[in-house]
Amino acid sequence: MSGIAMPKPSQETLANRAAIIRALQEIVPGEGVIHDDTELRPYETDALTAYRQMPLVVVLPETVEQLSKVLKYCYDNDVKVVPRGAGTSLSGGALPLEDGVLISMMKFNRVLDIDFANRAVVVQPGVTNLGITRAVEHEGFYYAPDPSSQIACSIGGNIAENSGGVHSLKYGLTTNNVLGLEMVLITGEVIRLGGKHLDSEGYDFLALMTGSEGLLGVVTEVTVRILQKPETARAALVGFPSSEAAGQCVAQIIGAGIIPGGMELMDKLAIDAAEDFVHAGYPKDVEALMIIELDGPEAEVDDLLAAVAKIAEENQSSYLRVSNSEEERATFWAGRKSAFPAVGRISPDYLCMDGTIPRKALPEVLGRMQELGLKHGLRCANVFHAGDGNLHPLILYDANKPGELQAAEDFGADILKLCVEVGGVLTGEHGVGIEKRDLMGEMFSEDDLKLQQRVKCAFDEKHLLNPGKVFPVLHRCAELGKMHVHKGALPFPDIPRF
Amino acid sequence: MSDCFKPETQDELAKVLSWAAAEETPMEIIGSGSKRQLGRPVQVAYTLSLENLSGIVDYEPAELVLTAKAGTPIAEIEALLSEHGQELAFEPVDYGGVLGTGYGKGTLAGVCATNLAGSRRLKAGAARDHVLGIHGVSGRGEIFKAGGRVVKNVTGYDIARAFCSSWGTLGVASELTLKVMPAAALEETVVVKGLSGAEASEAMSAAMGSSAEVSSAAFLPLQYDDRLSAELGAIDKTLTVLRLEGVEKSVNYRVETLRSLLKPFGSIDVLKNEGSRALWRSIRRLEAFEEGGEAPLWRISVAPTHSESVVQRLQQLGASKVLRDWAGGLLIAEFNGGDNPALEIRQAIAQAGGGHATLIRGSASDRGSIEVFQPQDPALALLTRSLKKQLDPKGILNPGRMYVGV
Repeated sequence: MSGIAMPKPSQETLANRAAIIRALQEIVPGEGVIHDDTELRPYETDALTAYRQMPLVVVLPETVEQLSKVLKYCYDNDVKVVPRGAGTSLSGGALPLEDGVLISMMKFNRVLDIDFANRAVVVQPGVTNLGITRAVEHEGFYYAPDPSSQIACSIGGNIAENSGGVHSLKYGLTTNNVLGLEMVLITGEVIRLGGKHLDSEGYDFLALMTGSEGLLGVVTEVTVRILQKPETARAALVGFPSSEAAGQCVAQIIGAGIIPGGMELMDKLAIDAAEDFVHAGYPKDVEALMIIELDGPEAEVDDLLAAVAKIAEENQSSYLRVSNSEEERATFWAGRKSAFPAVGRISPDYLCMDGTIPRKALPEVLGRMQELGLKHGLRCANVFHAGDGNLHPLILYDANKPGELQAAEDFGADILKLCVEVGGVLTGEHGVGIEKRDLMGEMFSEDDLKLQQRVKCAFDEKHLLNPGKVFPVLHRCAELGKMHVHKGALPFPDIPRF
Repeated sequence: MSDCFKPETQDELAKVLSWAAAEETPMEIIGSGSKRQLGRPVQVAYTLSLENLSGIVDYEPAELVLTAKAGTPIAEIEALLSEHGQELAFEPVDYGGVLGTGYGKGTLAGVCATNLAGSRRLKAGAARDHVLGIHGVSGRGEIFKAGGRVVKNVTGYDIARAFCSSWGTLGVASELTLKVMPAAALEETVVVKGLSGAEASEAMSAAMGSSAEVSSAAFLPLQYDDRLSAELGAIDKTLTVLRLEGVEKSVNYRVETLRSLLKPFGSIDVLKNEGSRALWRSIRRLEAFEEGGEAPLWRISVAPTHSESVVQRLQQLGASKVLRDWAGGLLIAEFNGGDNPALEIRQAIAQAGGGHATLIRGSASDRGSIEVFQPQDPALALLTRSLKKQLDPKGILNPGRMYVGV
């Protein structure tokens, strides 16, 4: 394991392992508690496979009551907890702790209620993202956020990470598509938020929960809105002689008031890898490829495609192909959606980064990433959710070569610092997890991070839920609660008063 | 009139709040005060107004992002966006008419902190769906920032979004960044006359479940607004209205989609451009409720298909006029016969599968004695207090505006 320090394991918890297992077995009978080394092995990592840690024990509750009791037990006994969905986190959000109970939510896998009249679906958190669409597509509906891992990732995990996907440009992120939640706090308390109606009563805890990376509560039920599929959706492949030209084209399309269903860019290395892997029909003689999808009524889509083609031409596009069937459209996307595994074929290992930048900074960032690649002596394939400025540089390395993992991590950190420098952020949709944890100071001041941790304290004052993730330094809640104030007379004669 | 601070910079704002925290001196926090009559009355010696913390900081049309100081008039922002063919897609409501404070007075921070979305909520979301970043000062007097200037961002908790609907009780914004959107080239409204509430519910549900991309759907009952009814040639008829926005070809096509879809419900008229805009402006501003003085006005959110049963119950309870917006998901109910049955309204919502009700207009005594915001169950109330205590431990920010002790 490389340089990320995790909280010091509690010797008391480690010593009490047998008793903890027994207590959990009383709450979750049968095979719901896993403690055998061989069976624990699959849980030792998530999709950030460079980091591994065997959990203390794994528990798979099947009911809210069981989960509530498990959490309450851990709370009462000061045992740390790591919640886990499908384990597809790219930032190590579900990395176990040596002294932590890992709670897998994958037995919560039922669709509870499909309500077409209110365009809402209620599911348990272990249902996959694609599973929601599968449950409603016979009536022409779908669930809009579509992360590339949608076939495997769970909706509970999507809540934890506020997942996006290629269609989030037009249809929003998870946070814009969730109507309600049921969750259990570390104290075992069950909380319900929202429902099939809109907007929150009181504070917007839905907003805080979405993207909270398993640090605030464990989700047990999710209500999402579903949408009717657009009548027509057509995708186009547009090739460019340079990434800069492609970036310019993206900005001009948005500037022209066009909000495509999706707008992605891939650079040469990514195009070649994807084409060799899935044969999506991508051109191999271009430096950058834009995949753009327009949706709506057919007449509108045709007009938009014509407008996009014109803007592309003004930006030196050298290739244009429009999908003429659903199969062809799906094929265009298949290449993009398999970009990560495709790159995995051309390199023994890769690190996937996830910064977001203002769209206008794209050409500059692309240029400087090339320089960074030279500096660190590694290659980098680029795929972007270009419409919303979300970059996914894939840094290619070989973990078996001494020093390469470290070089890849340094390269990645430099890229993320660059993102922040140009006005962007460390992570667009993969989460901070452990991976970007120690970079939080690049973006936030000490006071900013303390405010964030005070939110955490409102939910989990003992820091038992997923500690070691997101925050580089953990402050005790009692310490954060102190007020350092200087009492005095009304000080500011300079502030206008009326 | 309480003593009023009007800081002009974030540092001044922090000074005021640091002092207030040190002295444990509560403050009423307002943008410009245009929605001051909404919520429980805050009775304190000091007011903190954001109206001098004003001005657009950064606007890049091609980035679809705007940053402005907290007290910037929303009208100024909308005018600037309009020059560039863009808009705030969530259509901030303007309750200046029903609250007696006049139109066009709202500020950016007020619009966000109250999170009251207009008719396009159905398609475009509320303010909370468009806020990207915040700079501000907590109840501890500490300056903070959260979020950023990009749409996709999961770096830390989504505090900028959570600021929305906190009614100035968790922190005071000094600057906010919002996502903006291209404004539609044109809009048209499909009008079906004379439907019953139940029929309208069904028609709106069918339209919302179609691919017509309806951006707003409302049902105006009999005698909703005589002037409006006369203009639309619908005296003595209810109006079911569905808004379509976009480029001309697309709107035309979708009008035809709705025409065939809604054929079983009756004949269809189409309101174009200014007529359509005026209709939705009137709905957004609740113009039909302006004459009501201080008559209690409730804003109720329920699952759309439950609207019919809730409306029937509201009428039994004495509601004189009920507007159904958001395809039935939002009810605006006026009680001008002297009743204000808060408890019964909330029971009706609970029986209909849940939702919430907020008293958006009422006398000061009503607002002091009735739960203005939906009461929370004990577990949620505890979490609410816990969050408040973390961010505003001395309770200096708008104490009691939302709930007693919060």
